[in-house]
Amino acid sequence: MSLAPPIASTVRALTPAQRRGLSVGLATGLYGISFGALAVTAGLSVWQASALSALMFTGGSQFAFIGVVAGGGALGSATAAASLLGVRNALYGVTANAMLRPHGWRKLLAAQVTIDESIATASGQDDPDEERRGFWTAGAAVFVLWNLFTLVGALAGNALGDPTVWGLDGAAVAAFLGLLWPRLSGRDPIAIAVVAAAVTLLAVPVVPAGLPIILAALVAALMTWAHVRSRQR
Amino acid sequence: MSVWLWILAACLIAFGTKLVGYLLPERWLENPWVLPLSHGVTVGLLASLVATSTFSSGQSLAVDARLVALLAAAAALRVKAPYLVVVIVGAVAAALARLIGL
Repeated sequence: MSLAPPIASTVRALTPAQRRGLSVGLATGLYGISFGALAVTAGLSVWQASALSALMFTGGSQFAFIGVVAGGGALGSATAAASLLGVRNALYGVTANAMLRPHGWRKLLAAQVTIDESIATASGQDDPDEERRGFWTAGAAVFVLWNLFTLVGALAGNALGDPTVWGLDGAAVAAFLGLLWPRLSGRDPIAIAVVAAAVTLLAVPVVPAGLPIILAALVAALMTWAHVRSRQR
Repeated sequence: MSVWLWILAACLIAFGTKLVGYLLPERWLENPWVLPLSHGVTVGLLASLVATSTFSSGQSLAVDARLVALLAAAAALRVKAPYLVVVIVGAVAAALARLIGL
């Protein structure tokens, strides 16, 4: 018996948010390979690379951690850099909590899969049920595939060579742009995006890694406040 | 061993950071400012991630093959390519740009 028809009908039965979540998971998995490979090249073991993906599970922080280790920095600095880059997840947590209102143990599960991809997929939906489906599908799909491909990358390790040769850093750029794109409807979000990007680039050379994105978030909050105020008048 | 301790500490901090937002009292979330602000901040954060992943290399800025990936991805998004295709286009564009020495 062929497997293709049941798979095809399952995919058709998915809602748009679920389909979006799955494709976000697949795409993100792709550059999980690059994390695994770089982690091993930086001197971590395959298990340590996998532990970071399973437990830390926030790409930017993971790359920051191994970046410091690869540069010969102290593990304390690696932890500080990773923690700083993870601060945005606190803001995402507020967003997800307000959108989904999980209770009890679901809060813990939701917190673990609170990442750029799950929040972007959820906040791109109009209907509250679709927001919920988008968040959980993207969160679960990214978790499974990110960990799977981290392992693949870590095992391939040095054999893979420099992941940038394969364009995996380009994949990350495209993935973030793809998450941002559907949010850019109307003048206000476009203005926020442009200003946030500009603030980030101005800040990168002068403040420690992880702070530029926090400055961008502050400016975005101020601009949102100004936009809502001016509409209320 | 101490590598493992630092890894676990960093993971614990990461989880704690994510959890904070879920521990806010429910009535705070009822505030009419929470949703518009969190959507606005999400746009700002994603735009900032696009900027850093394209131009930053450590503490400095650089224009390299990643800019080609950004432009190629934008072109793919303009013609409404599916998300997965956009990401693959980005990867291929960066790889090709490097191949020709950018």
